[in-house]
Amino acid sequence: MTNNQPLGFSKASVGKKVLMAITGISVIGFLTAHLIGNLQLFVGQDQLNSYAETLQNMVAAKWMFRSVILILFAIHIWKGIVLWLENRKARPVSYMKDVTLEASVASRTMFWTGALILSFVVYHLLHFTMITTNPEYANLPLDNGRFDVYSMVILGFQNYTISAVYFIALSLMAFHLSHAISSVFQTFGLTKPTILPKLKIVSNLIALIFFIGYVSMPIAVLLNIISLPTGGNL
Amino acid sequence: MNLTLYVWRQKNADDKGRMETYQANDISSHMSFLEMLDVVNERLLTDGIEPIAFDHDCREGICGMCSLVINGNPHGPEKGTTVCQLHMRHFKDGDKIYIEPWRAKAFPVIKDLIVDRSAFDRIMQAGGFVSVNTGGTPDANAIPIPKENADTAMDAAQCIGCGACVAACKNASAMLFLAAKVSQYAYLPQGQAERTERVKNMLTQMDLEGFGNCTNFYECEAVCPKEISVKFIAKLNREFLRATVKKP
Ligand code: FES
Repeated sequence: MTNNQPLGFSKASVGKKVLMAITGISVIGFLTAHLIGNLQLFVGQDQLNSYAETLQNMVAAKWMFRSVILILFAIHIWKGIVLWLENRKARPVSYMKDVTLEASVASRTMFWTGALILSFVVYHLLHFTMITTNPEYANLPLDNGRFDVYSMVILGFQNYTISAVYFIALSLMAFHLSHAISSVFQTFGLTKPTILPKLKIVSNLIALIFFIGYVSMPIAVLLNIISLPTGGNL
Repeated sequence: MNLTLYVWRQKNADDKGRMETYQANDISSHMSFLEMLDVVNERLLTDGIEPIAFDHDCREGICGMCSLVINGNPHGPEKGTTVCQLHMRHFKDGDKIYIEPWRAKAFPVIKDLIVDRSAFDRIMQAGGFVSVNTGGTPDANAIPIPKENADTAMDAAQCIGCGACVAACKNASAMLFLAAKVSQYAYLPQGQAERTERVKNMLTQMDLEGFGNCTNFYECEAVCPKEISVKFIAKLNREFLRATVKKP
């Protein structure tokens, strides 16, 4: 007879899975809001800049939101690392002949795509939020007294290397999401054998929508569909 | 037919182990895979070589003892088949066949292709039972059970505890086994009394044994000789969430 104290929620393997799912959904929620906000790039300079200004002015809300998303992100990363380490330890000797029947490439590379996405997020923050990597953005002339986010984004994406980095990172994100979304439903026990295959397709589709949505911005800039406003003399 | 076998040989738990090559000539396609190994072992014996150790018992697909990874597939290439029920007609002359044991930290190799699966026994001891007072035999239909529930519980109870799910899982997770064992009680009235503790205790034992975590690869379902569905893992997750919000 075994008489162990049950493991706590966050230590139990299913608990970790649930935490990955909850924090993952939150990040997806953030990605949705972020995408909708950013797509205002297509509306025009005035729209995007006033949107950005509004966000910047809600100081308390902004920092509260940032802390929450940071905590959720941190949990997701931390549990992701724990899962990866434990799962590697669970099979110390690997097979000579290793066969994969069901598991998608995305599902098997979650840790690596996750790690690459994380490094991209760091770069993205340094690039557009803190403008550390391209300090010249700080010299952009003000647009009606507001910081000209619109021109900054266009200037950023006009650089081929930067656009390529975003393109690669966004593909990895879509890849990561393709396994993540269908997984969430299984983790919460919301699947049935009849819907699981469809769910995988839907999951891929949603991932694709995110990819197209985000990547449309650098592409529109590179194709000159969106260009610097006249007077954005740089 | 003539085959080349690459077989994992390991003297004991402490030995490092290695692959050995054997020729299996004049094999009849009517033989089962285990019978083929029996023949190979007979020949090894006459050559003064220690026969290959492998697990087996019923040889009719119900005990869950046989456990070979054949060319990377637990229980071999046929769907829904244990290796004792796998026939040589699924192979062809000249085939090269890799035979390896289940690979998992929680299933240490004892010898050659035999692994220690007592971790599963300990998971069962942690909650895979219902506690009832013995007495007179109850009437067969004294407790009404909806047909659908009875069927689902029976589907879960198909699990023979062979461990192929662990062998196939990229994380060496025992989640499909655990899910089947938890679900077979969760759908039945007899399982309700200990329902909450059962999932917590069995899951804890699984984690402590050193199995990996489930990350929804679904490799387990693909190799399960009893074709247990991953819907039971979804059920297990619901049971876990239910146990979490429920006060003991
Ligand atoms: S030997 Fe019993 S199931 Fe294969």
